[in-house]
Amino acid sequence: MSAVTPDQVHDDHHHHGPTGLMRWITTTNHKDIGTMYLIFSFIMFLSGGVMALTIRAELFKPGLQIVQPEFFNQLTTMHGLVMVFGAIMPAFVGFANWMLPLMIGASDMAFARMNNWSFWLLPVAAILLIGSFFVPGGATAAGWTLYAPLSVQMGMGMDLTIFAVHIMGISSIMGAINIVVTVLNMRAPGMTMMKMPLFCWTWLITAYLLIAVMPVLAGAVTMILTDRHFGTSFFNAAGGGDPVLYQHVFWFFGHPEVYIMILPAFGIVSEIIPTFARKPLFGYASMVYATASIAILSFVVWAHHMFTTGMPAETQLFFMYATMLIAVPTGVKVFNWVATMWRGSMTFETPMLWATGFIFVFTMGGFTGLICAIAPIDIQVQDTYYVVAHFHYVLVAGSLFALFAGAYYWLPKWTGVMYSEFIGKLHFWCSIIFFNITFFPMHFLGLAGMPRRIPDYALQFADFNALASVGAFGFGLSQLIFIVAVVKCVRGDGKKAAASPWEDAQGLEWTVPSPAPHHTFEIPPVVK
Amino acid sequence: MSVLARFAVTALSAVPAVGAWAAQSSVNLQTPVTAVATEIYDMHTLMMIICLVIFVAVFGVMFWSVFHHRKSKGAVAAHFHENTMVEIAWTVIPVLILLGMAYPATKTVISMKDTSNPDITIKATGYQWKWGYNYIKGEGEGIQFVSNMSTPQEQIQGRAAKGEHYLLEVDKPVVVPVGKKVRVLLTANDVIHAWWVPALGVKQDAIPGFIRDTWFRADKEGVYRGNCAELCGKDHGFMPIEVHVLSAEKYSAWVADQQSKLAATKEDPTKEWALAELVAKGEQVFAANCAACHQADGKGMPPAFPPLDGSAVVQGPKAEQIQTVLNGREGTAMAAFGKQLSDTDLAAVITYTRNAWSNQTGEAIQPAEIAAAHN
Repeated sequence: MSAVTPDQVHDDHHHHGPTGLMRWITTTNHKDIGTMYLIFSFIMFLSGGVMALTIRAELFKPGLQIVQPEFFNQLTTMHGLVMVFGAIMPAFVGFANWMLPLMIGASDMAFARMNNWSFWLLPVAAILLIGSFFVPGGATAAGWTLYAPLSVQMGMGMDLTIFAVHIMGISSIMGAINIVVTVLNMRAPGMTMMKMPLFCWTWLITAYLLIAVMPVLAGAVTMILTDRHFGTSFFNAAGGGDPVLYQHVFWFFGHPEVYIMILPAFGIVSEIIPTFARKPLFGYASMVYATASIAILSFVVWAHHMFTTGMPAETQLFFMYATMLIAVPTGVKVFNWVATMWRGSMTFETPMLWATGFIFVFTMGGFTGLICAIAPIDIQVQDTYYVVAHFHYVLVAGSLFALFAGAYYWLPKWTGVMYSEFIGKLHFWCSIIFFNITFFPMHFLGLAGMPRRIPDYALQFADFNALASVGAFGFGLSQLIFIVAVVKCVRGDGKKAAASPWEDAQGLEWTVPSPAPHHTFEIPPVVK
Repeated sequence: MSVLARFAVTALSAVPAVGAWAAQSSVNLQTPVTAVATEIYDMHTLMMIICLVIFVAVFGVMFWSVFHHRKSKGAVAAHFHENTMVEIAWTVIPVLILLGMAYPATKTVISMKDTSNPDITIKATGYQWKWGYNYIKGEGEGIQFVSNMSTPQEQIQGRAAKGEHYLLEVDKPVVVPVGKKVRVLLTANDVIHAWWVPALGVKQDAIPGFIRDTWFRADKEGVYRGNCAELCGKDHGFMPIEVHVLSAEKYSAWVADQQSKLAATKEDPTKEWALAELVAKGEQVFAANCAACHQADGKGMPPAFPPLDGSAVVQGPKAEQIQTVLNGREGTAMAAFGKQLSDTDLAAVITYTRNAWSNQTGEAIQPAEIAAAHN
């Protein structure tokens, strides 16, 4: 795409808002808000990581050494909730805030004040969530899925979690509405829908998913709340309810949620691969259709999380077939990325390493997903470490690796300084090696019969658990390298970045100076 | 398909090291002992092979490209960005592969769901954190028992060496005859549990207030071990399942033995017990049913599991305590024990708590009082 960009220099007169802390509290600027989302999500990522390492330390060898079962269950629960709602989702919203207006040539997000409110709800939710560790009875220990009736048994930590989920849900819905309106209404003249960068497409579709399912989650946890305190019996058979109803409602949210966490990652990777292959994205239109197909299919596969609840054979078969179908559009995406690389002229700077690593390792998670889709096999591996391995391959090697790819790709645009290639590459290689040491053995553990969410295990699982724990500490420590890379950029310690630091990067974001000035595209560019 | 899968397994085993490694089944599904588990095992092997082939093909292309189409090797970028034929091909071919996978899976789903005409029907009830079994039809009808993990706390806490079947052993295993179709009805008393024995190819959630069913027919005698597979609270990791598959004769002998024991221990509900007798019996009942939460020293784990030592309820009027034990406390982990334990056990355990630690009420609760308190 070619663009005529008006001179941006006049934007450099700075805004006249408050300074210091008040600047951040009152800001309505999409770049400030994007930065806050990214910092918030990284703090949550580290908090969830500390929980994960405590879990792995306990599981290093058989027996109970470090934590007791109750606290162990709180850790697995909170690790899941913090990583899903605190780290991965807000990180993608941070990318959307920073990049969507720059990519479509808009001056800001459509609802700037609501944008501020969407962000500032999150720290409140995080305080409720993390704070629940310190109330009597501790945090909820019902698993991140909060299955009733176990969640009905929990102490007041559960109530705090319910309110945290409500607040994060409101934040996500407002963020999603903002993104839909921005993308649909604020594109620069000449930028038709089918000319949008793929990241905008994936986020547009993700935003619709969020608007559709976050209210469903809010409904599910509200029913738990009323079962707990107001005498209802939604999930209590003695009062005419059904515990499995909770699972249906939760997974009607939960499965689209999986794609909420991976579709924007597809978008980021689809921006990076063409840049470093110096070749346009292969099958742009089919990428858009594949994304939409995945999103639509995600609404009719939820019960594959529930194959062991004992549904009729016909229902199992329907959900099995529907789930298997998702492999088709997902496969199309992988084939398109490989075809984009084919006969390109590739270089492997840090973002490209992460993106290539993403394709390779994410696809392994895709294959185990296909194996889990087969209902009889799923019945063997459901609630085992096989599933733990599967979803960490798609959520860590998938979502998280794509986030790092995007962070290195756009860091020069955000800070105006090139990151250190050495540090970036070190971060990548440590992460991908330790990631596989941590999670690959979990496939074996699950197949051999180790259930998930247990604080102690039978002796035959000892070797792989020890290996996984060593890998986990390596992986955790590797993430500190990222802090070094970012801090160096923010402090201006590095080569100054040009407006387009990459040789063949396409897109409007590269037409504005680096770092991107506080206000951009006040006069919309014209896309031809 | 199983021929193909077996071939692959055999081929894999031909490499001695890999074969030996896989034989311990520490890297693969456990050795199956039912027809369904064997189908699942073979299906998994087949899927692995298909996935591996696709994986090698796709990443062969990608890594070829990664190594050859590099700028540093003088590669010049081509400009193609779509090809309708290729795109249709890589949409249609996966669909065909999926159809090939769906066919055997469908057959297995249907046979897994066929619980008709069982030889023996056993009801398994999940409790926090143990399993109760009830033989309700077929040979052994009427046998019932509760199955607790038998691994001692000293092993878990690291004060004793861990045994061979650490965490996978129980005091009273499920016993079934070889070659007979066993239907398992599942339900739960408190929260959702799941009954899982990998070698039998069976995993079924136990849902409070509902009955679900599953079945297996074990082809080989032996001991098969499994776990609760659904997070069910504090001791989720400590409620194993142990299934003993015996020959028909041995099974009949076991049934006869159980039934004679059942007759011998039949309690007289009107018997008047002495305080010391009740306390001694109650201590055992407490250890098996209550100590996981309220702890052997009665101190509990507040606030989730309140202490009984010094508790106002335990030291107060006995009627309230009896009601709590019989009916549980809604919204807490305190289960209703009224239907789990006999009146004698209930009387004994209540008496014990009222006369243990610093609680010295000196009261003996008789089974007849419990019987009167039901409803």
